[in-house]
Amino acid sequence: MKTEDLIASLASQARSRKASPMLWLAGLTLSAVLVAVLALVGTIGVRPDFGIAISSWRFDYKFVVTLALALSAFVVVRAGLYPESSARLPLWVLLAGPGLLLAGVIAELLSLPGGAYAMSAVGKNAMLCLTVIPALGIAPLVLLLAALRQGAPTRPGLAGMCAGLLAGGISATLYAANCTDDSPLFVATWYPIGIAGLAIAGGLLGRIVARW
Amino acid sequence: MGLDEGDETGMASLMRAALAGDESAYARFLGIAAVRVRAVARRKLGSNGSVAPEDIVQETLLAVHLKRHTWRKGEPILPWLMAIARYKMIDAFRRNGTLRTVDIDDLAEILPAPETQNEHTQRREIETALADLSEGQRRVVRAIGVEGKSIHETAGALDMNETAVRVAFHRGLSAIAAKLGRRT
Repeated sequence: MKTEDLIASLASQARSRKASPMLWLAGLTLSAVLVAVLALVGTIGVRPDFGIAISSWRFDYKFVVTLALALSAFVVVRAGLYPESSARLPLWVLLAGPGLLLAGVIAELLSLPGGAYAMSAVGKNAMLCLTVIPALGIAPLVLLLAALRQGAPTRPGLAGMCAGLLAGGISATLYAANCTDDSPLFVATWYPIGIAGLAIAGGLLGRIVARW
Repeated sequence: MGLDEGDETGMASLMRAALAGDESAYARFLGIAAVRVRAVARRKLGSNGSVAPEDIVQETLLAVHLKRHTWRKGEPILPWLMAIARYKMIDAFRRNGTLRTVDIDDLAEILPAPETQNEHTQRREIETALADLSEGQRRVVRAIGVEGKSIHETAGALDMNETAVRVAFHRGLSAIAAKLGRRT
């Protein structure tokens, strides 16, 4: 086909009715949160002493860490939607979650006696944590990958991985409302495993579904 | 219209008009985009004869068309266009790389299967070497060296004690090594 003919045929369909990818991302992220909330409430629910737990810094700090992860991943995914910003993704913002978690771990190590470290890290809900975080994150990940398809990511694998981190941030935030292990040592030991699983799945799937 | 339609501002206003349904503005935009992408593609592909610059131009125009809703009206349009062109160029290089490697299946008739043949030769050599051993040594060396059993399993299977298995295995290997002209 000659390039002039291609231009002529494309020009006849000039008008675009597609919504902006940012609108898709916002809508699908909200849907992802909603789906994950319904899944949590419909299955294991929030912990019975939620109202009392809120007054403990350890409980609240879990949300500081997981929300920091979710927000920073959202910023990167948003940049990944556009070709011109895909090449210079602000990946450094992803340090927010791990950085805050590290600060929490240091505070915990200073406030607990040495003998209590292992017990706090191992906790009681490790298996539940390893199951629930990936499980709650699957549907959000699918929705976020659908949002990436509406954009034009020139690094689909990396964008998919960040979508996985965002899905992980959402599911970890919700799981934190159920989990009775509040120590930053527990969070640092178990949460990253499930979240990393979602990030890897997002990266692999992104390379396939977000290409264009 | 104006002579400076080809610069950043001109292209941005052409695209704005195009998205609102102006077909002639869209045709002019795509024409200018083709010229710009062709120049870059020629420069980047210069030494690589297997990717035609015109293919990159057409793939980029098609991608621009399919993804034109990802241009944000307030943002510069040239970086957007060139990022798409770069993506399509990398894509073409990658595809071309896989095309240029020869599919091994096509050569299956011509090429010998070196690994299987090696394995066969090796197996024959092992069997010859084993044939010269005493019955007890042969069983032990076959069990450990060929079938991959442990000393413990071999002892159980052959109803021997583990020390006897170790001794038989060592003597068997020494005999084979001596026969093959190697020293242990």
